[in-house]
Amino acid sequence: MKKGYFGNYGGRFVPETLIPALQELDQAFRDASHDAGFKEELRLLQQTYIGRPTPLYFASRLTERLKGAKVYLKREDLCHTGAHKLNNALGQAMLAKVMGKKRIIAETGAGQHGVATATGASITGLECDIYMGTEDMRRQALNVFRMKLLGARVIEVNKGSKTLKDAINESLRDWTTNVTDTHYVLGTVFGPHPFPTIVKYFQSVIGREARKQIIKAENRLPDYLIACVGGGSNAMGLFNAFLKDKVGMVGVEAGGEGIRSGKHAARFAGGSVGVFQGCKSYLLQDRDGNVLSTHSVSAGLDYASVGPEHAFLHDSKRVRYTYATDKEALRAFELLPEVEGIIPALESAHAIAEAVKLAPGLSKKDIIIVNLSGRGDKDVQHVARIKGTEI
Amino acid sequence: MNSRIQDRFNSLRAEGRKAFIPYIMFGDPDTGTTESLILMLEDCGADVIELGVPFTDPLADGPTIQMAAERALAQGVTLKGIIRAVASIREKTDIPIVLMTYYNPVYKYGDVRFVRDAANAGVDGVIIPDLPPDEAHEFISEARGRNLDTIFLLAPTSTEERIRLVARASRGFVYYVSMTGITGSKLKMDDSIKRLIGKIKAVSDKPVCVGFGVSTPDQAKAMAAVADGVIIGSAIVKTINTAPSKLEKFLLGLRKAI
Ligand SMILES: Cc1ncc(COP(=O)(O)O)c(C=O)c1O
Repeated sequence: MKKGYFGNYGGRFVPETLIPALQELDQAFRDASHDAGFKEELRLLQQTYIGRPTPLYFASRLTERLKGAKVYLKREDLCHTGAHKLNNALGQAMLAKVMGKKRIIAETGAGQHGVATATGASITGLECDIYMGTEDMRRQALNVFRMKLLGARVIEVNKGSKTLKDAINESLRDWTTNVTDTHYVLGTVFGPHPFPTIVKYFQSVIGREARKQIIKAENRLPDYLIACVGGGSNAMGLFNAFLKDKVGMVGVEAGGEGIRSGKHAARFAGGSVGVFQGCKSYLLQDRDGNVLSTHSVSAGLDYASVGPEHAFLHDSKRVRYTYATDKEALRAFELLPEVEGIIPALESAHAIAEAVKLAPGLSKKDIIIVNLSGRGDKDVQHVARIKGTEI
Repeated sequence: MNSRIQDRFNSLRAEGRKAFIPYIMFGDPDTGTTESLILMLEDCGADVIELGVPFTDPLADGPTIQMAAERALAQGVTLKGIIRAVASIREKTDIPIVLMTYYNPVYKYGDVRFVRDAANAGVDGVIIPDLPPDEAHEFISEARGRNLDTIFLLAPTSTEERIRLVARASRGFVYYVSMTGITGSKLKMDDSIKRLIGKIKAVSDKPVCVGFGVSTPDQAKAMAAVADGVIIGSAIVKTINTAPSKLEKFLLGLRKAI
């Protein structure tokens, strides 16, 4: 396979200014991933700071309710800062430190990656600027305040669709300008090589743990894994440890108001291959190659493209990709606290919505692991507003 | 066979002159004016014209060109339409025309089809800021076959290895980006530009032109002293939109300085 590619997908489609920085990053990453000291420091922080391993919880009441397969939840919502995003942001902040950078920047949609990066900056002593679309700042106001508390500057992006893709454009522009002293902490398995590989490396801890945990609990591997797919980092993090096994996998995209409405972020159901923000993958675009605006109730899934390795896993049919609509996700957002006492992030609620569809048709002996990628506190205000309550 | 761009640089070199390369966004402020703007640029002494293709996500561009792209997209400008327009402009002028486009519109059009249609229409070269030569093997070989120049970029961060690679892949000229930054940023006039152009010249005899941040005749003059040509984009786009009556004088001033 061509370097930096997953089958036909991936690559390094960026302005020349950034190429040397990507080469430097690639080298630093390869060195770090072979460096016992770096790995031990990371392991210790994962354990004592992020709170790993996160539990694998048997959701017995949800299982009872769905009358089918046993449903387990991988509790990434219990990570420090409330989502899987810190697994990657902390790792990359440490890499930035190793490379001698003094500042890190990041894009954020739901605000979770912004909060995670600000946290990573805080404990490594780096300066931090976060780019966020004004539309996302509105629906994730709580996280904006958290980032500021953590000492980051939140720069509003009032361009284009005012969401995640525009925040990535601005981050890339900043990085191009300040590349000598700044590292760009990309938040998902997307962008130019080596980002998809680096982010997968730091997120793979999710699947490694889940594999051990399910074997301990059930003495066997699960039948299905389910994860939501924005850029695809929590999904890749869970799937990676099981790719060689006979385990079914489902990636859940944002179906928004339905595929036919055009208001969605289901890249596999509604997109075609394109080159965007550094890599070749599936993309929601018009006939002339301009990028379409997307819609999802969940800011973290509201993005026009998807990680290149997912495109590869899609074409090879190793993973089945589907979507949950806003309505289905909102129903799951309410179901989980009702039966399990857990408020999921709206992103993760898309994965729960798929479990609600899949589990009833399976046998009671089957096992599903759902990646509960984040907690829903950040979404409470937004959902209340949708339901007509101001809080 | 030489391209129009190569011919132009050969005659400039013979006369000891430097190239003036203005950039405009196709369809900005509206599609009706682009053709007359191109003819005006030629009358004001442009050697090569860089025609911007609008894209929804122009990640190498600053606010001025971002907004120009938005205006052009709102007019319904597409890559296909631009190629058609160049074919019709070709009946009126022989000035070398280079398209500056992001890669996705080209990819969607199809590399092979794009190269064929653009070359047939009379486009002379292409600059694709998010397509480094490493990702452009097929594109380059298609373009060679149709005598369409592939202009790649170098930057202050470029290593010796990159300089060699990019210079080798470039045809027509090499585009040196004056700074680490996006179009329309403030130019930093220091020795680094001269030094890097020296490094490029050491491995290649292709013309090297400087762009990004050049906005005044004084800056253009300083750049012309160290390069084979000067590319001016945001400052022209801004003048077209905010002070069109001053455009001609501005262009003539730039021409004189270069
Ligand atoms: C809780 C949560 N889950 C999922 C995502 C989607 O990202 P990814 O697909 O990279 O996991 C986000 C992104 O903001 C998130 O905050």
